[in-house]
Amino acid sequence: MLDAKAGDEQSFALLLHRYRSPLVNFLYRMVRNREQAEDLAQEVFIRVYRAREEYVPSAKFTTWLFRIATNLALNSLRDNRYQRMEISLDAPITVDAEDGDEKTIDVAEKHPNIEQHLVEEARKKMIRHAIDKLPEKQRAAVLLHKYQELDYGEISKILQCSESALKSLLFRAYETLRVELAPLVAQQARQ
Amino acid sequence: MSCSRMENRILPYVDGRLKEGERRDVEKHLATCAACQLRVNEFRAVNVLLDEMPVIEPSAAFDIRMHARVAAEPVKQSWWGWFAPSPRVVLAASMLLLATVWMGSRPADSSLSAVDIDKINQNMQVLENYDVISDFAPLSELPQPVQADDADANSNQTM
Repeated sequence: MLDAKAGDEQSFALLLHRYRSPLVNFLYRMVRNREQAEDLAQEVFIRVYRAREEYVPSAKFTTWLFRIATNLALNSLRDNRYQRMEISLDAPITVDAEDGDEKTIDVAEKHPNIEQHLVEEARKKMIRHAIDKLPEKQRAAVLLHKYQELDYGEISKILQCSESALKSLLFRAYETLRVELAPLVAQQARQ
Repeated sequence: MSCSRMENRILPYVDGRLKEGERRDVEKHLATCAACQLRVNEFRAVNVLLDEMPVIEPSAAFDIRMHARVAAEPVKQSWWGWFAPSPRVVLAASMLLLATVWMGSRPADSSLSAVDIDKINQNMQVLENYDVISDFAPLSELPQPVQADDADANSNQTM
Protein backbone atom coordinates (compact mmCIF):
# COMPACT_ATOMS: atom_id res chain seq x y z
CA MET A 1 0.00 0.00 0.00
CA LEU A 2 2.89 2.31 0.73
CA ASP A 3 4.14 1.83 -2.83
CA ALA A 4 0.66 2.55 -4.16
CA LYS A 5 0.66 5.65 -1.99
CA ALA A 6 3.87 6.75 -3.67
CA GLY A 7 1.96 6.72 -6.93
CA ASP A 8 3.04 3.31 -8.15
CA GLU A 9 0.11 2.15 -10.29
CA GLN A 10 1.56 -1.34 -10.55
CA SER A 11 1.45 -1.72 -6.77
CA PHE A 12 -2.21 -0.82 -6.81
CA ALA A 13 -2.77 -3.47 -9.47
CA LEU A 14 -1.04 -5.98 -7.17
CA LEU A 15 -3.28 -4.98 -4.27
CA LEU A 16 -6.28 -5.44 -6.52
CA HIS A 17 -5.12 -8.85 -7.63
CA ARG A 18 -4.39 -10.00 -4.08
CA TYR A 19 -7.55 -8.80 -2.37
CA ARG A 20 -10.26 -8.83 -5.02
CA SER A 21 -11.28 -12.44 -4.44
CA PRO A 22 -11.45 -12.32 -0.60
CA LEU A 23 -13.24 -9.00 -0.82
CA VAL A 24 -15.82 -10.11 -3.38
CA ASN A 25 -16.47 -13.29 -1.37
CA PHE A 26 -16.86 -11.36 1.88
CA LEU A 27 -19.26 -8.90 0.28
CA TYR A 28 -21.15 -11.66 -1.51
CA ARG A 29 -21.70 -13.45 1.78
CA MET A 30 -22.79 -10.19 3.35
CA VAL A 31 -25.26 -9.00 0.71
CA ARG A 32 -26.14 -12.32 -0.98
CA ASN A 33 -26.05 -10.89 -4.48
CA ARG A 34 -23.10 -11.44 -6.75
CA GLU A 35 -23.58 -8.38 -8.94
CA GLN A 36 -24.05 -6.13 -5.96
CA ALA A 37 -21.02 -7.69 -4.23
CA GLU A 38 -18.84 -6.87 -7.24
CA ASP A 39 -20.20 -3.32 -7.40
CA LEU A 40 -19.42 -2.84 -3.73
CA ALA A 41 -15.95 -4.38 -4.12
CA GLN A 42 -15.25 -1.91 -6.94
CA GLU A 43 -16.37 0.92 -4.71
CA VAL A 44 -14.02 -0.30 -1.97
CA PHE A 45 -11.05 -0.36 -4.33
CA ILE A 46 -11.90 3.06 -5.76
CA ARG A 47 -12.01 4.48 -2.24
CA VAL A 48 -8.67 2.85 -1.48
CA TYR A 49 -7.27 4.32 -4.71
CA ARG A 50 -8.58 7.79 -3.91
CA ALA A 51 -7.32 7.68 -0.35
CA ARG A 52 -3.91 6.21 -1.17
CA GLU A 53 -2.10 9.51 -0.64
CA GLU A 54 -3.68 10.07 2.77
CA TYR A 55 -3.10 6.47 3.90
CA VAL A 56 -1.32 6.33 7.24
CA PRO A 57 0.01 2.88 8.09
CA SER A 58 -1.25 3.04 11.68
CA ALA A 59 -3.28 -0.13 11.19
CA LYS A 60 -2.87 -3.19 9.03
CA PHE A 61 -3.96 -2.69 5.45
CA THR A 62 -6.45 -5.58 5.69
CA THR A 63 -8.09 -3.90 8.68
CA TRP A 64 -8.51 -0.68 6.71
CA LEU A 65 -9.73 -2.51 3.61
CA PHE A 66 -12.32 -4.64 5.40
CA ARG A 67 -13.46 -1.71 7.48
CA ILE A 68 -14.38 0.16 4.30
CA ALA A 69 -15.98 -3.00 2.89
CA THR A 70 -17.97 -3.72 6.06
CA ASN A 71 -19.26 -0.16 6.29
CA LEU A 72 -20.31 -0.19 2.65
CA ALA A 73 -22.02 -3.57 3.02
CA LEU A 74 -23.87 -2.55 6.18
CA ASN A 75 -24.99 0.73 4.59
CA SER A 76 -26.10 -1.08 1.48
CA LEU A 77 -28.10 -3.63 3.48
CA ARG A 78 -29.72 -0.88 5.50
CA ASP A 79 -30.55 1.14 2.43
CA ASN A 80 -32.11 -1.97 0.96
CA ARG A 81 -31.16 -0.74 -2.48
CA TYR A 82 -30.88 -4.17 -3.93
CA GLN A 83 -33.47 -6.87 -3.81
CA ARG A 84 -32.32 -10.38 -3.22
CA MET A 85 -32.85 -12.69 -6.09
CA GLU A 86 -35.55 -15.17 -5.27
CA ILE A 87 -35.24 -18.69 -6.44
CA SER A 88 -38.14 -19.57 -8.59
CA LEU A 89 -39.60 -22.96 -7.87
CA ASP A 90 -39.98 -23.45 -11.61
CA ALA A 91 -36.37 -22.59 -12.36
CA PRO A 92 -34.04 -25.39 -13.42
CA ILE A 93 -31.36 -26.55 -11.02
CA THR A 94 -28.38 -24.28 -11.38
CA VAL A 95 -24.90 -24.24 -9.85
CA ASP A 96 -26.00 -21.58 -7.43
CA ALA A 97 -29.31 -20.04 -8.26
CA GLU A 98 -28.77 -17.23 -5.80
CA ASP A 99 -25.53 -16.30 -7.50
CA GLY A 100 -27.49 -15.20 -10.49
CA ASP A 101 -25.64 -17.68 -12.70
CA GLU A 102 -27.73 -18.67 -15.67
CA LYS A 103 -25.66 -21.74 -16.41
CA THR A 104 -27.58 -24.96 -15.85
CA ILE A 105 -25.46 -27.88 -14.86
CA ASP A 106 -25.86 -31.39 -16.07
CA VAL A 107 -26.66 -33.11 -12.81
CA ALA A 108 -26.36 -36.58 -14.21
CA GLU A 109 -22.88 -35.87 -15.54
CA LYS A 110 -21.31 -34.29 -12.46
CA HIS A 111 -23.31 -36.09 -9.78
CA PRO A 112 -24.04 -39.74 -10.49
CA ASN A 113 -26.32 -39.73 -7.50
CA ILE A 114 -28.94 -37.03 -7.99
CA GLU A 115 -30.35 -37.62 -4.55
CA GLN A 116 -26.94 -37.01 -3.01
CA HIS A 117 -26.60 -33.82 -5.01
CA LEU A 118 -29.97 -32.57 -3.84
CA VAL A 119 -29.06 -33.35 -0.23
CA GLU A 120 -25.81 -31.38 -0.61
CA GLU A 121 -27.68 -28.45 -2.15
CA ALA A 122 -30.20 -28.51 0.68
CA ARG A 123 -27.36 -28.48 3.24
CA LYS A 124 -25.68 -25.51 1.57
CA LYS A 125 -28.96 -23.68 1.36
CA MET A 126 -29.65 -24.31 5.02
CA ILE A 127 -26.21 -23.04 6.02
CA ARG A 128 -26.61 -20.00 3.79
CA HIS A 129 -29.98 -19.18 5.27
CA ALA A 130 -28.66 -19.61 8.79
CA ILE A 131 -25.90 -17.08 8.04
CA ASP A 132 -28.41 -14.76 6.35
CA LYS A 133 -30.62 -14.81 9.42
CA LEU A 134 -27.85 -13.47 11.63
CA PRO A 135 -28.09 -9.79 12.53
CA GLU A 136 -25.83 -7.82 10.16
CA LYS A 137 -23.07 -7.06 12.63
CA GLN A 138 -22.95 -10.65 13.87
CA ARG A 139 -22.82 -11.83 10.27
CA ALA A 140 -19.91 -9.51 9.51
CA ALA A 141 -18.11 -10.74 12.62
CA VAL A 142 -18.57 -14.42 11.67
CA LEU A 143 -17.45 -13.84 8.08
CA LEU A 144 -14.35 -11.89 9.08
CA HIS A 145 -13.51 -14.44 11.75
CA LYS A 146 -14.23 -17.60 9.82
CA TYR A 147 -13.38 -16.80 6.21
CA GLN A 148 -10.87 -13.98 6.40
CA GLU A 149 -9.21 -15.50 9.47
CA LEU A 150 -8.55 -12.09 10.95
CA ASP A 151 -7.57 -11.96 14.60
CA TYR A 152 -9.88 -10.60 17.26
CA GLY A 153 -7.99 -7.31 17.49
CA GLU A 154 -8.38 -6.63 13.78
CA ILE A 155 -12.07 -7.57 13.67
CA SER A 156 -12.83 -5.40 16.70
CA LYS A 157 -11.18 -2.45 14.92
CA ILE A 158 -13.18 -3.13 11.75
CA LEU A 159 -16.45 -3.35 13.66
CA GLN A 160 -15.44 -0.53 15.99
CA CYS A 161 -16.05 -2.38 19.22
CA SER A 162 -13.93 -3.76 22.05
CA GLU A 163 -12.37 -7.21 21.84
CA SER A 164 -14.53 -8.35 24.72
CA ALA A 165 -17.69 -7.11 22.94
CA LEU A 166 -16.56 -8.87 19.77
CA LYS A 167 -16.09 -12.20 21.59
CA SER A 168 -19.56 -11.82 23.04
CA LEU A 169 -20.93 -10.96 19.57
CA LEU A 170 -19.30 -14.04 18.07
CA PHE A 171 -20.54 -16.25 20.87
CA ARG A 172 -24.12 -15.12 20.27
CA ALA A 173 -23.71 -15.62 16.53
CA TYR A 174 -22.40 -19.17 16.97
CA GLU A 175 -25.18 -19.91 19.43
CA THR A 176 -27.74 -18.82 16.80
CA LEU A 177 -26.01 -20.88 14.11
CA ARG A 178 -25.87 -23.88 16.46
CA VAL A 179 -29.64 -23.68 16.99
CA GLU A 180 -30.50 -22.94 13.35
CA LEU A 181 -28.32 -25.75 12.09
CA ALA A 182 -29.21 -28.17 14.90
CA PRO A 183 -29.97 -31.18 12.63
CA LEU A 184 -26.74 -30.72 10.69
CA VAL A 185 -24.77 -29.98 13.85
CA ALA A 186 -26.01 -33.19 15.48
CA GLN A 187 -25.16 -35.13 12.32
CA GLN A 188 -21.73 -33.51 12.18
CA ALA A 189 -21.06 -34.08 15.88
CA ARG A 190 -21.75 -37.81 15.45
CA GLN A 191 -19.10 -38.14 12.74
CA MET B 1 -14.03 -21.33 36.19
CA SER B 2 -17.80 -20.86 35.92
CA CYS B 3 -19.86 -21.67 32.80
CA SER B 4 -20.71 -17.97 32.32
CA ARG B 5 -16.99 -17.12 32.12
CA MET B 6 -16.63 -19.78 29.46
CA GLU B 7 -18.82 -17.83 27.03
CA ASN B 8 -16.04 -15.60 25.72
CA ARG B 9 -13.52 -18.43 25.75
CA ILE B 10 -15.27 -21.27 23.95
CA LEU B 11 -14.82 -19.94 20.42
CA PRO B 12 -11.19 -18.84 20.91
CA TYR B 13 -10.60 -22.31 22.37
CA VAL B 14 -12.19 -23.99 19.35
CA ASP B 15 -10.08 -21.74 17.08
CA GLY B 16 -6.92 -22.53 19.03
CA ARG B 17 -6.44 -18.79 19.70
CA LEU B 18 -6.20 -18.99 23.49
CA LYS B 19 -3.00 -18.42 25.40
CA GLU B 20 -1.46 -21.46 27.04
CA GLY B 21 -2.65 -20.58 30.56
CA GLU B 22 -6.20 -19.80 29.43
CA ARG B 23 -6.34 -23.00 27.41
CA ARG B 24 -5.38 -25.06 30.47
CA ASP B 25 -8.11 -23.30 32.53
CA VAL B 26 -10.72 -24.04 29.85
CA GLU B 27 -9.70 -27.69 29.59
CA LYS B 28 -9.84 -28.04 33.38
CA HIS B 29 -13.43 -26.72 33.29
CA LEU B 30 -14.41 -28.89 30.33
CA ALA B 31 -13.23 -31.98 32.15
CA THR B 32 -15.88 -31.38 34.79
CA CYS B 33 -18.70 -29.73 32.76
CA ALA B 34 -20.57 -31.87 30.24
CA ALA B 35 -22.73 -28.93 29.05
CA CYS B 36 -19.73 -26.80 28.09
CA GLN B 37 -18.02 -29.81 26.52
CA LEU B 38 -21.14 -30.39 24.39
CA ARG B 39 -21.15 -26.74 23.36
CA VAL B 40 -17.49 -26.97 22.35
CA ASN B 41 -18.30 -29.97 20.17
CA GLU B 42 -21.27 -28.20 18.62
CA PHE B 43 -19.26 -25.04 17.90
CA ARG B 44 -16.67 -27.23 16.20
CA ALA B 45 -19.46 -28.75 14.11
CA VAL B 46 -20.73 -25.28 13.16
CA ASN B 47 -17.19 -24.37 12.12
CA VAL B 48 -16.99 -27.41 9.85
CA LEU B 49 -20.42 -26.65 8.34
CA LEU B 50 -19.35 -23.08 7.55
CA ASP B 51 -16.50 -24.52 5.49
CA GLU B 52 -19.11 -25.88 3.09
CA MET B 53 -20.03 -22.43 1.88
CA PRO B 54 -18.96 -22.11 -1.76
CA VAL B 55 -16.20 -19.73 -2.77
CA ILE B 56 -16.92 -17.55 -5.78
CA GLU B 57 -14.47 -15.96 -8.19
CA PRO B 58 -14.88 -12.38 -9.38
CA SER B 59 -16.30 -12.27 -12.90
CA ALA B 60 -14.06 -11.73 -15.90
CA ALA B 61 -15.48 -8.24 -16.32
CA PHE B 62 -14.49 -7.26 -12.79
CA ASP B 63 -10.87 -6.37 -13.60
CA ILE B 64 -11.79 -4.62 -16.85
CA ARG B 65 -14.40 -2.48 -15.11
CA MET B 66 -12.02 -1.80 -12.25
CA HIS B 67 -9.18 -0.63 -14.50
CA ALA B 68 -11.62 1.55 -16.47
CA ARG B 69 -12.85 3.16 -13.26
CA VAL B 70 -9.31 3.80 -12.03
CA ALA B 71 -8.35 5.28 -15.41
CA ALA B 72 -11.39 7.56 -15.26
CA GLU B 73 -10.34 8.93 -11.88
CA PRO B 74 -9.21 12.57 -12.11
CA VAL B 75 -5.49 13.07 -11.57
CA LYS B 76 -5.03 14.69 -8.22
CA GLN B 77 -2.76 17.74 -8.16
CA SER B 78 -1.25 18.47 -4.78
CA TRP B 79 -0.83 21.95 -3.35
CA TRP B 80 2.82 21.73 -4.28
CA GLY B 81 1.68 21.21 -7.85
CA TRP B 82 0.89 24.90 -8.02
CA PHE B 83 4.58 25.60 -7.67
CA ALA B 84 5.59 23.24 -10.41
CA PRO B 85 5.99 25.59 -13.38
CA SER B 86 4.72 24.70 -16.79
CA PRO B 87 7.17 24.98 -19.75
CA ARG B 88 5.37 28.02 -21.15
CA VAL B 89 5.61 29.89 -17.87
CA VAL B 90 9.29 29.00 -17.53
CA LEU B 91 9.99 30.29 -21.05
CA ALA B 92 8.09 33.55 -20.48
CA ALA B 93 9.79 34.16 -17.13
CA SER B 94 13.23 33.48 -18.63
CA MET B 95 12.61 35.90 -21.51
CA LEU B 96 11.47 38.60 -19.09
CA LEU B 97 14.53 38.09 -16.91
CA LEU B 98 16.89 38.25 -19.87
CA ALA B 99 15.25 41.45 -21.13
CA THR B 100 15.57 43.05 -17.68
CA VAL B 101 19.23 42.11 -17.38
CA TRP B 102 19.95 43.38 -20.89
CA MET B 103 18.23 46.73 -20.25
CA GLY B 104 20.06 47.14 -16.95
CA SER B 105 23.46 46.38 -18.45
CA ARG B 106 23.15 48.99 -21.26
CA PRO B 107 25.60 52.02 -20.90
CA ALA B 108 24.04 55.35 -19.84
CA ASP B 109 22.98 57.73 -22.67
CA SER B 110 25.93 60.16 -23.17
CA SER B 111 24.88 61.95 -26.38
CA LEU B 112 24.54 65.39 -24.67
CA SER B 113 27.35 67.84 -25.37
CA ALA B 114 29.15 69.89 -22.71
CA VAL B 115 27.30 73.05 -23.88
CA ASP B 116 23.88 71.37 -23.42
CA ILE B 117 24.82 70.24 -19.97
CA ASP B 118 25.97 73.80 -19.11
CA LYS B 119 22.59 75.18 -20.30
CA ILE B 120 20.68 72.65 -18.24
CA ASN B 121 22.69 73.63 -15.17
CA GLN B 122 21.86 77.31 -15.70
CA ASN B 123 18.16 76.60 -16.18
CA MET B 124 18.20 74.36 -13.19
CA GLN B 125 18.84 77.41 -11.00
CA VAL B 126 15.73 79.11 -12.45
CA LEU B 127 13.63 76.03 -11.94
CA GLU B 128 14.73 75.74 -8.34
CA ASN B 129 13.85 79.41 -7.76
CA TYR B 130 10.46 78.85 -9.34
CA ASP B 131 9.82 75.96 -7.01
CA VAL B 132 10.57 78.18 -4.01
CA ILE B 133 8.50 81.13 -5.24
CA SER B 134 5.46 79.03 -6.27
CA ASP B 135 5.05 77.84 -2.71
CA PHE B 136 6.02 81.16 -1.03
CA ALA B 137 3.05 82.00 1.25
CA PRO B 138 3.48 85.84 1.52
CA LEU B 139 3.12 86.12 -2.25
CA SER B 140 -0.40 84.67 -2.14
CA GLU B 141 -1.48 87.49 0.20
CA LEU B 142 -0.54 90.21 -2.33
CA PRO B 143 -3.44 91.85 -4.30
CA GLN B 144 -4.14 90.23 -7.63
CA PRO B 145 -2.51 91.98 -10.57
CA VAL B 146 -4.96 94.12 -12.61
CA GLN B 147 -5.72 92.67 -16.02
CA ALA B 148 -5.13 94.95 -19.09
CA ASP B 149 -8.78 94.76 -20.29
CA ASP B 150 -10.10 95.71 -16.89
CA ALA B 151 -7.72 98.73 -16.72
CA ASP B 152 -9.01 100.01 -20.08
CA ALA B 153 -12.64 99.72 -18.97
CA ASN B 154 -11.94 101.67 -15.78
CA SER B 155 -10.27 104.50 -17.69
CA ASN B 156 -13.28 104.81 -20.13
CA GLN B 157 -15.73 105.09 -17.23
CA THR B 158 -13.77 107.93 -15.67
CA MET B 159 -13.72 109.76 -18.93
